[in-house]
Amino acid sequence: MGAFPEATTVGPRPGPAPSPAPPRIGVLALQGSFALHAAVLRRLGIEAVEVRRAAALEGLDGLIIPGGESSTMLKFLLEEDLFDPLVAFQRDGGALYGTCAGAILMARTVENPAQKSLGVLDIEIQRNGYGRQLESHLGACPCSALGEPDLPLVMIRGPVISDTGPRVEVLAEWRGQPAFVREGKVLATTFHPELTDDTRIHAYFLELAAEAREATSRKSGGTISR
Amino acid sequence: MSTEFRLKTGLADMLKGGAIMDVTNAEQARIAEDAGAVSVMALERVPADIRRDGGVARMSSPEKIREIIESVSIPVMAKVRIGHFVEAQILQEMGVDFVDESEVLTPADEENHIDKHAFEVPFVCGCRNLGEALRRIGEGAALIRTKGEAGSGNIVEAVRHLRQIGNELRRLTILTDDELMSASKELRAPYEIVRMVARDGRLPVPNFAAGGVATPADAALCMQLGAESVFVGSGIFKSTDPEQRAKAIVKAVTHYRDPAMLVEVSMGLGEPMRGLDIATMPEEELLQTRGN
Repeated sequence: MGAFPEATTVGPRPGPAPSPAPPRIGVLALQGSFALHAAVLRRLGIEAVEVRRAAALEGLDGLIIPGGESSTMLKFLLEEDLFDPLVAFQRDGGALYGTCAGAILMARTVENPAQKSLGVLDIEIQRNGYGRQLESHLGACPCSALGEPDLPLVMIRGPVISDTGPRVEVLAEWRGQPAFVREGKVLATTFHPELTDDTRIHAYFLELAAEAREATSRKSGGTISR
Repeated sequence: MSTEFRLKTGLADMLKGGAIMDVTNAEQARIAEDAGAVSVMALERVPADIRRDGGVARMSSPEKIREIIESVSIPVMAKVRIGHFVEAQILQEMGVDFVDESEVLTPADEENHIDKHAFEVPFVCGCRNLGEALRRIGEGAALIRTKGEAGSGNIVEAVRHLRQIGNELRRLTILTDDELMSASKELRAPYEIVRMVARDGRLPVPNFAAGGVATPADAALCMQLGAESVFVGSGIFKSTDPEQRAKAIVKAVTHYRDPAMLVEVSMGLGEPMRGLDIATMPEEELLQTRGN
Protein backbone atom coordinates (compact mmCIF):
# COMPACT_ATOMS: atom_id res chain seq x y z
CA MET A 1 0.00 0.00 0.00
CA GLY A 2 1.52 3.26 -1.21
CA ALA A 3 4.29 4.51 1.04
CA PHE A 4 4.22 1.42 3.23
CA PRO A 5 5.12 -1.58 1.06
CA GLU A 6 4.98 -4.87 2.83
CA ALA A 7 8.37 -6.30 3.68
CA THR A 8 9.15 -9.40 1.64
CA THR A 9 11.98 -11.92 1.70
CA VAL A 10 13.33 -13.10 -1.61
CA GLY A 11 15.35 -16.34 -1.75
CA PRO A 12 18.06 -16.95 0.83
CA ARG A 13 19.01 -13.29 1.12
CA PRO A 14 17.63 -11.54 4.21
CA GLY A 15 14.94 -9.03 3.21
CA PRO A 16 14.76 -5.50 4.51
CA ALA A 17 13.78 -5.11 8.16
CA PRO A 18 10.01 -5.41 8.32
CA SER A 19 8.56 -1.89 8.34
CA PRO A 20 5.89 -1.38 10.99
CA ALA A 21 2.36 -1.75 9.66
CA PRO A 22 0.79 1.66 8.97
CA PRO A 23 -1.75 2.94 11.49
CA ARG A 24 -5.38 2.32 10.65
CA ILE A 25 -7.25 5.59 10.29
CA GLY A 26 -10.94 6.37 10.08
CA VAL A 27 -12.70 9.56 9.02
CA LEU A 28 -16.05 10.30 10.60
CA ALA A 29 -18.23 10.46 7.48
CA LEU A 30 -21.56 11.72 8.79
CA GLN A 31 -21.29 15.03 6.96
CA GLY A 32 -18.77 17.68 5.91
CA SER A 33 -15.22 17.57 4.55
CA PHE A 34 -14.59 13.86 5.21
CA ALA A 35 -13.72 13.04 1.59
CA LEU A 36 -11.16 15.86 1.51
CA HIS A 37 -9.49 14.46 4.64
CA ALA A 38 -9.46 11.00 3.08
CA ALA A 39 -7.80 12.51 -0.01
CA VAL A 40 -5.01 14.06 2.11
CA LEU A 41 -4.43 10.73 3.86
CA ARG A 42 -4.30 8.99 0.48
CA ARG A 43 -1.49 11.34 -0.54
CA LEU A 44 0.32 10.16 2.61
CA GLY A 45 -0.19 6.53 1.63
CA ILE A 46 -3.10 5.76 3.95
CA GLU A 47 -6.47 4.48 2.76
CA ALA A 48 -8.91 5.72 5.42
CA VAL A 49 -12.10 3.97 6.53
CA GLU A 50 -15.32 6.02 6.37
CA VAL A 51 -17.00 5.78 9.76
CA ARG A 52 -20.78 6.17 9.84
CA ARG A 53 -21.58 3.64 12.54
CA ALA A 54 -19.87 2.78 15.83
CA ALA A 55 -18.94 -0.71 14.62
CA ALA A 56 -16.54 0.85 12.09
CA LEU A 57 -14.35 2.18 14.93
CA GLU A 58 -13.26 -1.37 15.70
CA GLY A 59 -9.54 -1.82 15.06
CA LEU A 60 -8.80 1.83 14.26
CA ASP A 61 -5.76 3.59 15.71
CA GLY A 62 -6.86 7.09 14.82
CA LEU A 63 -10.00 8.97 13.80
CA ILE A 64 -10.43 12.33 12.08
CA ILE A 65 -13.56 14.35 12.84
CA PRO A 66 -13.89 16.65 9.81
CA GLY A 67 -15.16 20.16 9.25
CA GLY A 68 -18.83 20.65 8.57
CA GLU A 69 -21.80 21.63 10.69
CA SER A 70 -21.21 20.59 14.29
CA SER A 71 -24.93 20.81 15.14
CA THR A 72 -25.74 18.33 12.36
CA MET A 73 -22.99 15.88 13.33
CA LEU A 74 -23.93 16.12 17.01
CA LYS A 75 -27.48 14.95 16.19
CA PHE A 76 -26.04 11.82 14.60
CA LEU A 77 -23.72 11.21 17.56
CA LEU A 78 -26.62 11.41 20.00
CA GLU A 79 -29.32 9.65 18.00
CA GLU A 80 -27.26 6.88 16.46
CA ASP A 81 -25.28 5.77 19.50
CA LEU A 82 -21.94 7.14 18.40
CA PHE A 83 -21.37 9.54 21.30
CA ASP A 84 -20.24 7.05 23.97
CA PRO A 85 -18.22 4.88 21.55
CA LEU A 86 -16.25 7.97 20.47
CA VAL A 87 -15.51 8.92 24.09
CA ALA A 88 -14.47 5.30 24.73
CA PHE A 89 -12.27 5.32 21.61
CA GLN A 90 -10.24 8.21 23.04
CA ARG A 91 -10.20 6.75 26.58
CA ASP A 92 -8.86 3.45 25.22
CA GLY A 93 -5.91 5.22 23.63
CA GLY A 94 -7.10 6.00 20.08
CA ALA A 95 -5.72 9.16 18.47
CA LEU A 96 -8.18 11.88 17.43
CA TYR A 97 -7.89 14.90 15.15
CA GLY A 98 -10.74 17.39 14.74
CA THR A 99 -10.90 20.29 12.28
CA CYS A 100 -13.29 23.18 12.93
CA ALA A 101 -16.60 21.41 13.62
CA GLY A 102 -14.52 18.42 14.77
CA ALA A 103 -12.74 20.63 17.32
CA ILE A 104 -16.14 21.85 18.54
CA LEU A 105 -17.44 18.30 18.95
CA MET A 106 -14.35 17.24 20.95
CA ALA A 107 -14.22 20.26 23.27
CA ARG A 108 -14.92 20.28 27.01
CA THR A 109 -17.22 23.32 26.68
CA VAL A 110 -19.02 24.77 23.63
CA GLU A 111 -20.55 28.24 23.53
CA ASN A 112 -22.36 30.58 21.11
CA PRO A 113 -24.71 28.79 21.43
CA ALA A 114 -23.91 26.17 24.06
CA GLN A 115 -24.19 22.57 22.87
CA LYS A 116 -23.25 19.16 24.15
CA SER A 117 -19.77 17.90 23.29
CA LEU A 118 -17.58 14.82 23.74
CA GLY A 119 -15.28 16.47 26.31
CA VAL A 120 -12.18 14.60 25.11
CA LEU A 121 -10.12 17.79 24.72
CA ASP A 122 -9.80 20.29 27.57
CA ILE A 123 -10.70 23.47 25.68
CA GLU A 124 -13.56 25.96 25.70
CA ILE A 125 -14.62 26.95 22.19
CA GLN A 126 -16.89 29.59 20.67
CA ARG A 127 -18.83 28.49 17.57
CA ASN A 128 -18.58 30.93 14.63
CA GLY A 129 -16.11 32.91 16.74
CA TYR A 130 -15.14 35.21 13.87
CA GLY A 131 -18.69 35.73 12.61
CA ARG A 132 -20.51 34.69 9.45
CA GLN A 133 -19.16 33.62 6.03
CA LEU A 134 -18.16 37.19 5.10
CA GLU A 135 -15.64 36.96 7.97
CA SER A 136 -14.13 33.73 6.61
CA HIS A 137 -10.49 34.42 5.81
CA LEU A 138 -7.09 33.12 4.75
CA GLY A 139 -3.79 33.49 6.54
CA ALA A 140 -0.63 31.71 7.66
CA CYS A 141 0.54 30.95 11.17
CA PRO A 142 3.96 29.93 12.46
CA CYS A 143 4.18 26.50 14.11
CA SER A 144 7.53 25.59 15.65
CA ALA A 145 6.55 21.92 16.05
CA LEU A 146 6.18 21.59 12.25
CA GLY A 147 8.91 24.03 11.18
CA GLU A 148 9.04 26.21 8.07
CA PRO A 149 7.09 27.44 6.20
CA ASP A 150 4.17 28.84 8.21
CA LEU A 151 1.01 26.75 8.14
CA PRO A 152 -1.46 27.99 5.52
CA LEU A 153 -4.73 28.75 7.21
CA VAL A 154 -8.22 28.60 5.70
CA MET A 155 -10.81 29.72 8.23
CA ILE A 156 -14.42 29.03 7.20
CA ARG A 157 -16.96 30.37 9.70
CA GLY A 158 -14.32 29.15 12.13
CA PRO A 159 -14.59 28.71 15.89
CA VAL A 160 -12.35 30.47 18.43
CA ILE A 161 -10.68 28.58 21.29
CA SER A 162 -11.30 30.85 24.28
CA ASP A 163 -9.70 28.73 27.02
CA THR A 164 -7.32 25.77 27.29
CA GLY A 165 -6.70 23.41 30.21
CA PRO A 166 -3.27 22.88 31.85
CA ARG A 167 -2.38 19.78 29.81
CA VAL A 168 -3.24 21.38 26.47
CA GLU A 169 -0.25 22.40 24.37
CA VAL A 170 -0.80 25.32 21.97
CA LEU A 171 1.06 24.43 18.75
CA ALA A 172 -0.03 27.47 16.71
CA GLU A 173 -1.91 30.69 17.32
CA TRP A 174 -3.94 32.91 15.08
CA ARG A 175 -4.89 36.47 15.98
CA GLY A 176 -3.71 35.86 19.53
CA GLN A 177 -5.89 32.75 20.10
CA PRO A 178 -4.92 29.06 19.99
CA ALA A 179 -5.68 27.67 16.53
CA PHE A 180 -3.81 24.32 16.66
CA VAL A 181 -3.73 22.45 19.98
CA ARG A 182 -2.71 19.07 21.31
CA GLU A 183 -3.55 17.16 24.46
CA GLY A 184 -1.92 13.72 24.51
CA LYS A 185 -3.05 11.94 21.36
CA VAL A 186 -5.84 14.45 20.62
CA LEU A 187 -5.23 17.20 18.03
CA ALA A 188 -7.50 20.03 16.97
CA THR A 189 -7.34 22.91 14.50
CA THR A 190 -9.91 25.67 14.16
CA PHE A 191 -8.88 25.93 10.48
CA HIS A 192 -8.96 23.52 7.54
CA PRO A 193 -5.65 21.99 6.35
CA GLU A 194 -7.78 19.60 4.27
CA LEU A 195 -8.55 22.58 1.99
CA THR A 196 -4.85 23.20 1.29
CA ASP A 197 -1.93 21.25 -0.22
CA ASP A 198 -0.06 21.22 3.10
CA THR A 199 -0.07 17.69 4.55
CA ARG A 200 2.15 18.31 7.60
CA ILE A 201 -0.61 18.32 10.22
CA HIS A 202 -2.02 15.06 8.86
CA ALA A 203 1.48 13.52 8.85
CA TYR A 204 1.90 14.66 12.47
CA PHE A 205 -1.44 13.03 13.32
CA LEU A 206 -0.31 9.79 11.69
CA GLU A 207 2.68 9.74 14.06
CA LEU A 208 0.30 9.98 17.04
CA ALA A 209 -1.86 7.22 15.56
CA ALA A 210 1.26 5.08 15.05
CA GLU A 211 2.08 5.56 18.75
CA ALA A 212 -1.47 4.52 19.58
CA ARG A 213 -0.99 1.42 17.47
CA GLU A 214 2.26 0.51 19.19
CA ALA A 215 0.75 1.01 22.64
CA THR A 216 -2.16 -1.28 21.80
CA SER A 217 0.17 -3.80 20.26
CA ARG A 218 2.30 -3.91 23.45
CA LYS A 219 -0.77 -4.21 25.67
CA SER A 220 -2.13 -7.15 23.73
CA GLY A 221 1.25 -8.85 23.40
CA GLY A 222 1.71 -8.33 19.68
CA THR A 223 -1.75 -8.96 18.32
CA ILE A 224 -3.70 -5.81 17.76
CA SER A 225 -7.24 -6.03 18.89
CA ARG A 226 -8.58 -2.56 19.57
CA MET B 1 -8.77 28.93 -9.04
CA SER B 2 -7.68 31.87 -6.88
CA THR B 3 -7.01 31.29 -3.20
CA GLU B 4 -9.75 33.77 -2.31
CA PHE B 5 -12.19 31.65 -4.32
CA ARG B 6 -11.20 28.76 -2.01
CA LEU B 7 -13.02 30.54 0.82
CA LYS B 8 -16.22 30.42 -1.21
CA THR B 9 -15.97 26.80 -2.33
CA GLY B 10 -14.67 25.96 1.16
CA LEU B 11 -18.04 26.74 2.71
CA ALA B 12 -19.71 24.54 0.08
CA ASP B 13 -17.21 21.78 1.00
CA MET B 14 -18.36 22.01 4.63
CA LEU B 15 -21.98 21.53 3.55
CA LYS B 16 -21.26 18.24 1.76
CA GLY B 17 -23.17 15.15 2.82
CA GLY B 18 -25.98 17.30 4.16
CA ALA B 19 -29.49 18.56 3.50
CA ILE B 20 -30.26 22.23 2.86
CA MET B 21 -33.90 23.10 3.45
CA ASP B 22 -36.15 25.82 2.07
CA VAL B 23 -37.75 27.87 4.85
CA THR B 24 -39.99 30.93 4.79
CA ASN B 25 -39.79 32.00 8.45
CA ALA B 26 -37.93 31.56 11.75
CA GLU B 27 -40.16 28.73 12.96
CA GLN B 28 -39.47 26.62 9.89
CA ALA B 29 -35.77 27.48 10.14
CA ARG B 30 -35.65 26.12 13.69
CA ILE B 31 -37.47 22.95 12.66
CA ALA B 32 -34.90 22.45 9.89
CA GLU B 33 -31.94 23.07 12.22
CA ASP B 34 -33.37 20.75 14.89
CA ALA B 35 -33.75 18.06 12.24
CA GLY B 36 -30.05 18.33 11.39
CA ALA B 37 -30.11 20.50 8.24
CA VAL B 38 -26.62 21.84 7.41
CA SER B 39 -28.10 25.09 6.13
CA VAL B 40 -31.43 26.75 5.46
CA MET B 41 -32.54 28.59 2.32
CA ALA B 42 -34.67 31.66 2.95
CA LEU B 43 -37.34 32.43 0.40
CA GLU B 44 -40.66 34.23 0.21
CA ARG B 45 -42.77 31.19 -0.67
CA VAL B 46 -41.77 27.56 -1.21
CA PRO B 47 -41.68 26.61 -4.91
CA ALA B 48 -44.97 24.66 -4.77
CA ASP B 49 -46.74 27.83 -3.58
CA ILE B 50 -45.01 30.00 -6.17
CA ARG B 51 -46.22 27.57 -8.79
CA ARG B 52 -49.79 27.61 -7.40
CA ASP B 53 -50.10 31.37 -6.77
CA GLY B 54 -48.32 32.71 -9.83
CA GLY B 55 -47.34 36.38 -9.92
CA VAL B 56 -43.78 37.69 -9.59
CA ALA B 57 -41.64 35.77 -7.10
CA ARG B 58 -38.90 37.93 -5.56
CA MET B 59 -36.20 37.83 -2.91
CA SER B 60 -37.62 37.32 0.59
CA SER B 61 -38.12 40.50 2.63
CA PRO B 62 -35.13 41.71 4.69
CA GLU B 63 -37.21 41.40 7.88
CA LYS B 64 -37.84 37.71 7.22
CA ILE B 65 -34.22 37.10 6.36
CA ARG B 66 -33.05 38.91 9.51
CA GLU B 67 -35.50 36.84 11.57
CA ILE B 68 -34.18 33.61 10.06
CA ILE B 69 -30.52 34.61 10.52
CA GLU B 70 -31.17 35.37 14.17
CA SER B 71 -33.02 32.13 14.86
CA VAL B 72 -30.38 29.55 13.79
CA SER B 73 -26.62 28.94 14.17
CA ILE B 74 -26.19 27.12 10.83
CA PRO B 75 -25.38 29.02 7.60
CA VAL B 76 -28.28 30.86 5.99
CA MET B 77 -28.73 30.99 2.22
CA ALA B 78 -31.25 33.15 0.40
CA LYS B 79 -32.55 33.32 -3.16
CA VAL B 80 -32.32 36.21 -5.60
CA ARG B 81 -33.84 36.54 -9.05
CA ILE B 82 -31.60 35.64 -11.99
CA GLY B 83 -29.64 38.78 -12.96
CA HIS B 84 -30.90 40.83 -10.00
CA PHE B 85 -27.52 41.92 -8.64
CA VAL B 86 -29.07 44.53 -6.36
CA GLU B 87 -31.04 41.87 -4.47
CA ALA B 88 -27.66 40.11 -4.10
CA GLN B 89 -26.03 43.31 -2.80
CA ILE B 90 -28.76 43.56 -0.19
CA LEU B 91 -28.28 39.95 0.93
CA GLN B 92 -24.50 40.36 1.12
CA GLU B 93 -24.94 43.50 3.22
CA MET B 94 -27.21 41.56 5.58
CA GLY B 95 -24.55 38.89 6.14
CA VAL B 96 -26.28 36.03 4.32
CA ASP B 97 -23.77 33.16 3.96
CA PHE B 98 -24.65 31.94 0.43
CA VAL B 99 -26.77 33.48 -2.35
CA ASP B 100 -28.82 31.30 -4.69
CA GLU B 101 -29.33 32.96 -8.06
CA SER B 102 -32.42 30.94 -8.68
CA GLU B 103 -34.75 30.02 -11.53
CA VAL B 104 -37.45 29.42 -8.91
CA LEU B 105 -37.91 33.20 -8.65
CA THR B 106 -39.08 35.29 -11.61
CA PRO B 107 -36.00 36.28 -13.66
CA ALA B 108 -35.02 39.97 -13.56
CA ASP B 109 -32.76 39.70 -16.61
CA GLU B 110 -33.50 37.38 -19.50
CA GLU B 111 -30.02 37.72 -21.03
CA ASN B 112 -27.46 37.98 -18.23
CA HIS B 113 -26.73 36.34 -14.95
CA ILE B 114 -25.07 38.18 -12.07
CA ASP B 115 -21.30 38.79 -12.23
CA LYS B 116 -20.65 36.71 -9.14
CA HIS B 117 -16.90 37.49 -9.07
CA ALA B 118 -17.86 40.99 -7.97
CA PHE B 119 -19.19 39.70 -4.64
CA GLU B 120 -17.53 38.44 -1.47
CA VAL B 121 -20.51 36.25 -0.62
CA PRO B 122 -20.45 32.89 -2.44
CA PHE B 123 -23.15 32.01 -4.98
CA VAL B 124 -24.91 28.79 -5.90
CA CYS B 125 -26.60 28.44 -9.31
CA GLY B 126 -28.79 25.83 -10.94
CA CYS B 127 -28.04 23.97 -14.16
CA ARG B 128 -29.49 21.30 -16.41
CA ASN B 129 -26.30 20.30 -18.22
CA LEU B 130 -22.54 20.68 -18.15
CA GLY B 131 -22.39 23.74 -20.39
CA GLU B 132 -24.77 25.63 -18.15
CA ALA B 133 -22.80 24.58 -15.06
CA LEU B 134 -19.53 25.78 -16.57
CA ARG B 135 -21.02 29.10 -17.69
CA ARG B 136 -22.19 29.74 -14.12
CA ILE B 137 -18.76 28.76 -12.77
CA GLY B 138 -17.22 31.13 -15.31
CA GLU B 139 -19.40 33.90 -13.85
CA GLY B 140 -18.09 33.03 -10.38
CA ALA B 141 -20.52 30.48 -8.89
CA ALA B 142 -18.84 28.56 -6.03
CA LEU B 143 -21.43 25.79 -5.95
CA ILE B 144 -23.55 24.16 -8.63
CA ARG B 145 -26.86 22.39 -8.13
CA THR B 146 -29.15 20.68 -10.57
CA LYS B 147 -32.30 22.62 -11.36
CA GLY B 148 -34.59 19.63 -11.38
CA GLU B 149 -38.18 20.87 -11.46
CA ALA B 150 -38.75 22.85 -8.27
CA GLY B 151 -42.06 22.53 -6.48
CA SER B 152 -43.07 19.47 -8.49
CA GLY B 153 -42.41 16.79 -5.87
CA ASN B 154 -41.15 14.78 -8.84
CA ILE B 155 -37.51 13.67 -8.91
CA VAL B 156 -37.42 12.87 -12.62
CA GLU B 157 -35.89 16.17 -13.74
CA ALA B 158 -33.17 16.20 -11.06
CA VAL B 159 -32.25 12.68 -12.16
CA ARG B 160 -32.16 13.78 -15.78
CA HIS B 161 -29.86 16.71 -14.93
CA LEU B 162 -27.53 14.67 -12.71
CA ARG B 163 -27.19 11.99 -15.36
CA GLN B 164 -26.68 14.59 -18.08
CA ILE B 165 -23.87 16.33 -16.17
CA GLY B 166 -22.20 13.02 -15.26
CA ASN B 167 -22.41 11.79 -18.81
CA GLU B 168 -20.99 15.00 -20.30
CA LEU B 169 -18.20 15.07 -17.69
CA ARG B 170 -17.11 11.55 -18.59
CA ARG B 171 -17.17 12.37 -22.29
CA LEU B 172 -14.90 15.37 -21.80
CA THR B 173 -12.23 13.26 -20.11
CA ILE B 174 -11.64 11.12 -23.22
CA LEU B 175 -11.06 14.06 -25.57
CA THR B 176 -7.55 14.99 -26.66
CA ASP B 177 -6.22 18.48 -25.91
CA ASP B 178 -6.74 19.66 -29.48
CA GLU B 179 -10.42 18.69 -29.31
CA LEU B 180 -11.16 20.85 -26.26
CA MET B 181 -11.64 24.17 -28.04
CA SER B 182 -14.34 22.64 -30.19
CA ALA B 183 -15.88 21.06 -27.08
CA SER B 184 -15.83 24.45 -25.41
CA LYS B 185 -17.66 25.92 -28.42
CA GLU B 186 -20.31 23.19 -28.30
CA LEU B 187 -20.74 23.53 -24.55
CA ARG B 188 -20.81 27.33 -24.89
CA ALA B 189 -18.48 27.39 -21.88
CA PRO B 190 -15.14 29.09 -21.10
CA TYR B 191 -12.19 27.19 -22.63
CA GLU B 192 -9.98 27.39 -19.51
CA ILE B 193 -12.69 25.83 -17.35
CA VAL B 194 -13.42 23.16 -19.97
CA ARG B 195 -9.70 22.25 -19.92
CA MET B 196 -9.64 22.04 -16.15
CA VAL B 197 -12.72 19.82 -16.07
CA ALA B 198 -11.39 17.56 -18.83
CA ARG B 199 -8.15 17.11 -16.87
CA ASP B 200 -9.78 16.49 -13.46
CA GLY B 201 -12.90 14.62 -14.57
CA ARG B 202 -15.00 16.63 -12.15
CA LEU B 203 -16.37 20.12 -11.66
CA PRO B 204 -14.01 22.61 -9.99
CA VAL B 205 -16.73 23.38 -7.42
CA PRO B 206 -19.04 21.08 -5.41
CA ASN B 207 -22.12 19.71 -7.15
CA PHE B 208 -25.39 19.34 -5.22
CA ALA B 209 -28.86 18.18 -6.28
CA ALA B 210 -32.11 20.12 -6.13
CA GLY B 211 -35.60 20.15 -7.57
CA GLY B 212 -38.31 17.64 -6.74
CA VAL B 213 -36.89 15.83 -3.69
CA ALA B 214 -39.88 14.57 -1.67
CA THR B 215 -38.74 11.38 0.09
CA PRO B 216 -35.61 10.01 1.82
CA ALA B 217 -35.28 7.62 -1.13
CA ASP B 218 -35.26 10.58 -3.55
CA ALA B 219 -32.44 12.17 -1.56
CA ALA B 220 -30.40 8.94 -1.49
CA LEU B 221 -31.01 8.47 -5.23
CA CYS B 222 -29.47 11.90 -5.95
CA MET B 223 -26.47 11.03 -3.75
CA GLN B 224 -25.94 7.69 -5.47
CA LEU B 225 -26.06 9.50 -8.81
CA GLY B 226 -23.13 11.65 -7.72
CA ALA B 227 -24.63 14.65 -5.92
CA GLU B 228 -22.60 15.72 -2.89
CA SER B 229 -25.55 17.16 -0.93
CA VAL B 230 -29.25 17.72 -1.44
CA PHE B 231 -31.46 20.81 -1.41
CA VAL B 232 -35.02 20.12 -0.31
CA GLY B 233 -37.62 22.72 -1.17
CA SER B 234 -41.33 22.14 -0.89
CA GLY B 235 -40.76 18.48 0.01
CA ILE B 236 -40.47 19.18 3.75
CA PHE B 237 -43.08 21.79 4.58
CA LYS B 238 -45.66 20.55 2.04
CA SER B 239 -45.67 17.08 3.65
CA THR B 240 -47.96 16.09 6.51
CA ASP B 241 -45.15 15.72 9.09
CA PRO B 242 -42.32 18.18 8.34
CA GLU B 243 -40.27 17.41 11.50
CA GLN B 244 -40.07 13.67 10.88
CA ARG B 245 -39.57 14.02 7.13
CA ALA B 246 -36.80 16.57 7.59
CA LYS B 247 -34.97 14.25 10.00
CA ALA B 248 -35.42 11.29 7.70
CA ILE B 249 -34.01 13.14 4.70
CA VAL B 250 -30.98 14.28 6.73
CA LYS B 251 -30.28 10.67 7.69
CA ALA B 252 -30.88 9.36 4.18
CA VAL B 253 -28.24 11.74 2.81
CA THR B 254 -25.61 10.43 5.26
CA HIS B 255 -26.56 6.75 4.95
CA TYR B 256 -27.37 6.94 1.24
CA ARG B 257 -25.65 3.62 0.47
CA ASP B 258 -27.09 1.73 3.44
CA PRO B 259 -30.45 0.15 2.46
CA ALA B 260 -31.13 -1.05 6.02
CA MET B 261 -30.88 2.53 7.28
CA LEU B 262 -33.00 3.77 4.39
CA VAL B 263 -35.75 1.32 5.38
CA GLU B 264 -35.57 2.53 8.96
CA VAL B 265 -35.70 6.25 8.16
CA SER B 266 -38.47 5.86 5.58
CA MET B 267 -40.94 4.49 8.15
CA GLY B 268 -43.68 6.48 9.84
CA LEU B 269 -43.33 9.69 7.87
CA GLY B 270 -46.97 10.33 6.95
CA GLU B 271 -47.82 11.53 3.45
CA PRO B 272 -45.20 13.13 1.17
CA MET B 273 -46.14 16.23 -0.80
CA ARG B 274 -48.42 15.59 -3.75
CA GLY B 275 -46.36 15.39 -6.92
CA LEU B 276 -46.91 16.68 -10.44
CA ASP B 277 -46.52 14.73 -13.66
CA ILE B 278 -43.98 16.83 -15.53
CA ALA B 279 -44.53 15.06 -18.87
CA THR B 280 -48.06 16.48 -19.03
CA MET B 281 -47.12 19.98 -17.87
CA PRO B 282 -47.24 22.83 -20.38
CA GLU B 283 -43.76 24.09 -21.30
CA GLU B 284 -44.47 27.61 -20.00
CA GLU B 285 -45.09 26.25 -16.50
CA LEU B 286 -41.59 24.78 -16.23
CA LEU B 287 -39.19 26.68 -13.95
CA GLN B 288 -36.05 24.90 -15.18
CA THR B 289 -36.05 26.64 -18.57
CA ARG B 290 -35.45 30.03 -16.92
CA GLY B 291 -31.88 31.29 -17.31
CA ASN B 292 -29.43 29.49 -19.55
